[in-house]
Amino acid sequence: MNNKGVDQSKRQFLTTALTVVGAVGTGYLAVPFLAQMQPSAKAMAAGAPVEVDISKMEPGQLIRVAWRGKPVWILNRTPQVLETLKTLDNELRDPLSQESIQPESSKNPVRSIKPEVFVAVGLCTHLGCSPTFRPEIAPNDLGDKWKGGFFCPCHGSWFDLAGRVYRGVPAPTNLEIPPYRYITDTQLIIGESAEEASA
Amino acid sequence: MKNLTALLLLLLLSFGVAASEGVELQDANIDLSNNASLQRGAKHFVTYCLGCHSIKHIRYLRIALDTDVDQKKMLKDIAPEGANIYDQLHSAMNGHDAEKWFGTQPPDLSLIARSRGADWLYSYLKSYYIDPKSPRGVNNLIFEDTAMPNPLWQLQGDQYAEPRKNIWGHEYTTLVIKEPGTLSEGEFDIFVNDLVNFLVYVGEPVQLERQRLGKYVIFFILMFLVLAYLLKKEYWKNIH
Amino acid sequence: MKRSRITECNDWFLERFPLTKLWNEHMAHYYAPKNFNFWYFFGSLALLVLVNQILTGIFLTMNYKPDAKLAFDSVEYIMRDVNWGWLIRYMHSTGSSAFFIVVYLHMFRGLLYGSFKHPRELVWIFGMLLFVALMAEAFMGYLLPWGQMSYWGAQVIISLFSAIPVIGDDLSLWLRGDYVVSDATLNRFFAFHVIAVPLALVMLVFLHIVALHEVGSNNPDGIEIKESKDPWGHPVDGIPFHPYYTVKDLVGVGVFMLFFATVIFYMPEMGGYFLEHANFIPADPMKTPEHIAPVWYFTPFYAILRAIPDKFAGVIGMGGAIVVLFLLPWLDRSPVKSIRYRGGIYKKALMLFVISFLALGYLGTQPATPTATIFARIFSAIYFGFFLLMPLYTRWEKTKPVPKRLTTVHSLEEQLPALIEEITVLKPAATEIGHTAFKGSSFTRQPNPEGIKNVISRLAKKAIGSLD
Repeated sequence: MNNKGVDQSKRQFLTTALTVVGAVGTGYLAVPFLAQMQPSAKAMAAGAPVEVDISKMEPGQLIRVAWRGKPVWILNRTPQVLETLKTLDNELRDPLSQESIQPESSKNPVRSIKPEVFVAVGLCTHLGCSPTFRPEIAPNDLGDKWKGGFFCPCHGSWFDLAGRVYRGVPAPTNLEIPPYRYITDTQLIIGESAEEASA
Repeated sequence: MKNLTALLLLLLLSFGVAASEGVELQDANIDLSNNASLQRGAKHFVTYCLGCHSIKHIRYLRIALDTDVDQKKMLKDIAPEGANIYDQLHSAMNGHDAEKWFGTQPPDLSLIARSRGADWLYSYLKSYYIDPKSPRGVNNLIFEDTAMPNPLWQLQGDQYAEPRKNIWGHEYTTLVIKEPGTLSEGEFDIFVNDLVNFLVYVGEPVQLERQRLGKYVIFFILMFLVLAYLLKKEYWKNIH
Repeated sequence: MKRSRITECNDWFLERFPLTKLWNEHMAHYYAPKNFNFWYFFGSLALLVLVNQILTGIFLTMNYKPDAKLAFDSVEYIMRDVNWGWLIRYMHSTGSSAFFIVVYLHMFRGLLYGSFKHPRELVWIFGMLLFVALMAEAFMGYLLPWGQMSYWGAQVIISLFSAIPVIGDDLSLWLRGDYVVSDATLNRFFAFHVIAVPLALVMLVFLHIVALHEVGSNNPDGIEIKESKDPWGHPVDGIPFHPYYTVKDLVGVGVFMLFFATVIFYMPEMGGYFLEHANFIPADPMKTPEHIAPVWYFTPFYAILRAIPDKFAGVIGMGGAIVVLFLLPWLDRSPVKSIRYRGGIYKKALMLFVISFLALGYLGTQPATPTATIFARIFSAIYFGFFLLMPLYTRWEKTKPVPKRLTTVHSLEEQLPALIEEITVLKPAATEIGHTAFKGSSFTRQPNPEGIKNVISRLAKKAIGSLD
């Protein structure tokens, strides 16, 4: 063994080239492993859009349906509730829903396509608990300021009946509105937005 | 040394004889890149097989994407009434009834092409014949006393088994169609071929994608190999 | 400034952890004989496959369900619905067969060059324990897809234990946790397959390598390179493992991956040998498939089992086929290690052994017809004869003198130019007549029948001569 005639630059070049090819190969190999942890076709099938019949809903009634395993609320709002919603702007963090998640068709003060039918994902934007539905006004435990809304029992966040978050509570944004559209006047499909359907 | 060679030769011969028994299978000419054939096969399956056999490991959506059918067209033309695009291909029959009617539950066919092989399926579906001695009135040359009635008999026609002798005097059975069905023999071959093609696809939907990817992977490994070889040569040129 | 911070962190770490020392001891200053040949690739490849199995195994566990009702479907779920699940599953299933190919070749290397002999007996023992653990791992893993072969294979193998007198029946019941192979069996095999046995494998690999590096690697000449050292104390015929064998093993890794990828992407079932056809049918405790055979890597031992017409003796024979391998270091009484310097008897015995091992492997995949059973008995006798007669024939045979230093064998690539010269002949290029005169330099190489004949007859003579 001797070191005569060792071509250091050739060695260096080949080592670098092999390292690069090896690193790229490892990178490509990592893709299938990471991607397999993404939702599978089964999860996506289970997360497919769901149809909801709202023809039998009473005024003031709230129903829950599961979409992608999450609770989705559908609330039939009375005219009084819609009146109350207009008076709350000063106490809310994002009354016009500028920083919150909703489809374009629900980006309005009442946060819905039809004002009386409110659809939202029932998970607090703070840390994901499901808030309780408290439509009554000024109950004992929540005090006089409560005008009816959703109260999160985990960390005490307040939302009004349009899912808008109050000031001074931990939740950062309004409740998320899922994409949804009307198939007929009394049939909703949740998981497909009005924009997607018309496109 | 010589004894050993003789021994090996004997070994080979004895197995060669054993292997040549059994009915010869027909070649099922599988082409998974033929989307039209796969679509026809899917349609045939839903019409003639799905009544009893599920293929629960595949969804309509996957078939639509893989065979390049529009999802709406899939639901309208191929899938049964009321199916959802995300649904797996479940059979409408319940297992209890099936057990009563056929004495056994019709198996799920998702993997039948992988366990039986395409040629077997192709030959099996073509080898039904009318047999008055069998309780079902039909029998199969490939799978004797099969519990499955022939779902395709109207298409194929009435086929009978006839004993023949070849030139060495060996007896064998040949199948003859005496009453033609709604399809000609050539049309029926294509029909069965489409169906088997579809079942082979269902057995492993990723097959084509796998072979397509393989080329890139192997090319990449060759690149790695060449560089590794050059590096090894460079390092080892002083080692004697 | 920034650079010195990194150096500081580096130093902080190295003062507390002997990384440099470990690296030097096992890589940069580990001197390996410089004449490793083809057979020496399979150790590092076995390690690569182990890593592959552990990695792909972890990701398969994320979607697999160890439940008799769900297991089969969950495997198909991985194959179809999970993103890239098919690739990870094929890497795992092909990996298990690759593991055995690599390990069998690795063990054959030991037989060729006497790597099990003094002072490497312990390396061999650890290696054999690894082999047994690997068989247990593969056997339990094969139950998990819960297909017909999985089920009936497990049923047969567990029933082997019931052949043991007195405790046999209770033992096999205890192993299954039920009266037949069932959900309970599946669940416990899952536990063993994903955590217990892999831990044992990793620990044994560690012990195998530590023991090897203590005594140093053997080589195709079977001489101890430590016996001739240079003034600095390094073996004259040794070279540092890193970089020389790391770069060489990378070539081996490349070639291996080429085969591995070809199987995964183009023939994952390998004609029913890597993934058996009957295993695509869900397990049915009421119906045994017409022909059951274990996966190919168990078939030699399975054939020995079937060859013996008595249940208990069959189990003993099958177990004995593995136990004799453990005893190899003490069965071999030859003063030389490498096959290069052994006498003709060992060479012929080894050849017979390889033939009988392959033949038993083939017979194990076939139905047990009377003729096949007779052959299986003959080959089983040869298998055991190779080991049990070894103390006699290795002592009798006349060995050749062993050199003091490693010999050089010219590699194929060095011989290639001379070989091409010999089998071809230079002829003027056969272009249009008249042109050849002007283009005197245009010659083409054409096959030379005489040369080819010479080369073949020389090779044949060499092959026959090498058996003495």
